Amino acid sequence: MMFINGQAIYVIWLRDVKRFIRARSRLLGNIVQPFFFLSILGFGLSSAIFPGIPSGYRFIDFLTPGIVAMAVLFSSIFSGVSVLWDKQFGFLQEVLVAPVSRLSIVIGRTFGGATTALMQGFVILAIALALGVKVSLIGLATGILFMVLLAFSAVGFGLIVASQMEDFHGFQLIMNLIIFPLFFLSSAIFPIEGLPNWLKAVAFVNPLTYGVDGLRYSLIGFSSIPIWIDLSVLLAFCMVMVSVGSYLFGRSEA
Amino acid sequence: MNDSVVIHVEGLTKVFEGPFRAVDNVSFDIQRKEIFGLLGPNGAGKTTTIKMLCTLLKPTSGTALVDDHEIIKNPDGVRRSIGVVFQDPALDDELTARENLDFHARMYSMKGGQRRERIAEVLKLVDLHDRADIIVKKYSSGMKRRLEIARGLMHYPKVLFLDEPTLGLDAQTRRSIWDYVARLNREQNVTVFLTTHYMDEADFLCGRVAIMDHGKLVVVDSPGNLKNSLGSDLVTLECSDPERFAERLRSEDWVENLKIHDSAMIVGTKRSAERIPEVVNIARDIGVRVVSIETRKPTLEDVFLYHTGSEMRDSEPNTADRMKTMHRQYARGMGRRS
Repeated sequence: MMFINGQAIYVIWLRDVKRFIRARSRLLGNIVQPFFFLSILGFGLSSAIFPGIPSGYRFIDFLTPGIVAMAVLFSSIFSGVSVLWDKQFGFLQEVLVAPVSRLSIVIGRTFGGATTALMQGFVILAIALALGVKVSLIGLATGILFMVLLAFSAVGFGLIVASQMEDFHGFQLIMNLIIFPLFFLSSAIFPIEGLPNWLKAVAFVNPLTYGVDGLRYSLIGFSSIPIWIDLSVLLAFCMVMVSVGSYLFGRSEA
Repeated sequence: MNDSVVIHVEGLTKVFEGPFRAVDNVSFDIQRKEIFGLLGPNGAGKTTTIKMLCTLLKPTSGTALVDDHEIIKNPDGVRRSIGVVFQDPALDDELTARENLDFHARMYSMKGGQRRERIAEVLKLVDLHDRADIIVKKYSSGMKRRLEIARGLMHYPKVLFLDEPTLGLDAQTRRSIWDYVARLNREQNVTVFLTTHYMDEADFLCGRVAIMDHGKLVVVDSPGNLKNSLGSDLVTLECSDPERFAERLRSEDWVENLKIHDSAMIVGTKRSAERIPEVVNIARDIGVRVVSIETRKPTLEDVFLYHTGSEMRDSEPNTADRMKTMHRQYARGMGRRS
């Protein structure tokens, strides 16, 4: 067996991108929601004073990397979980019966999910620029690195979730019980400096914190944690998620 | 393995949780280029058998060779040799027909020029070439089925698996699917292995039929031989004391075989119409009251009844099956065009 099959990876990726571009309503929803977050929260909380935001930065500057992370995160999780759609609509069988290793399928899916997530992240960045946020173009390179790692981790997480469920009923529960709390405690919306100690502890165990913090350092120029720690933690988390996700997906039966 | 045998199945068994054997020690051979049908009611183990042969399920015990590839040791060899049309539709609705085929071709590592040529060829084969660039969502159920068959043929498989190919389709569409399957079997030199619970489908399409019930293979032969083995004609009769009457009838030399089911007795014979007066006379002589009597040609339904002692159980589908069929029809699109 060819363990890694380039053409299969390419076409699985291509399918994800095509589906993403064609699903207009999903595309719109995925962009409008972060836009609302950014503009409403950004301007609504503009006069609030948070510990942890250095002077010279507005709240919306602080918020922008958080919302970019949010768009990347939610979109990627959905990509991973969309294996369930394929299962429900039978398409997964067509993929699984082909002479292609499960690893290639996972790689194709992961790249597909990351690509569409990145496209959304860029749209949010563009909106932020239009709203007057000063994004560092030099930091964009490391910013993209953090976005890619976040996306891979979240696709992996989505695959793990998908492999444990038969249909979509449990997905909402996981979103509400795991993803939303972790997202809010990641410093995406507000700095963790003001949190009580026990919540601060949770925030520091939360791998998303390091992703958001690293992204913030790259795009806006300040952070609560040294960037090399951000990068190492996120990289480790990403590797765990992708390998566990691939392993569980590899074991699943059609 | 004999050169003319394309699938060799030996002692194939699948046990899901509990003592229930979905497929129980099944063995058979499929010849190259024949249309072979696995016939049985819902839940007989047909889909489980197909999934094991397609390497999507691991057998609990037993083995099978598909085009000389062992299903457990060499699943990739098997996968390259087969095309599969699943019971549930497995197309991407958001893509066009051409994109679905292109996806498939690339998954099977077909090269650019060959890919485009073959896509045009298989689309023509199922008469979808003028609708190749329409999103599949807009296809009717019959068109989707045809597209799936075309896709199954894309990579020149040796064997095409069709799991209940006409389930949920209307009568007219079913006929047209049969014609396509018969034609591609002739023209594309491909062996067809199909499962069905429709007797008429097996009768019309298959060169040989294996009847399956409760996970076991009951009998394998051509539909003609299976039917003839019951006698060239059947006399079905209802009477007051079937046991005694049957014993008396068995002593007649024109009775080729005789079986009693719930209320009716079925007698296989030649020129059955001429035997009716005789049967009625014998009944009167021994004091048995005949309620009704009729004669007809045997069907595969009779063959099934003869070998399993029960009728195909799905004549009255239960709620779960009905829901499943409805879901399928919904998923395939309820369009009327074929």
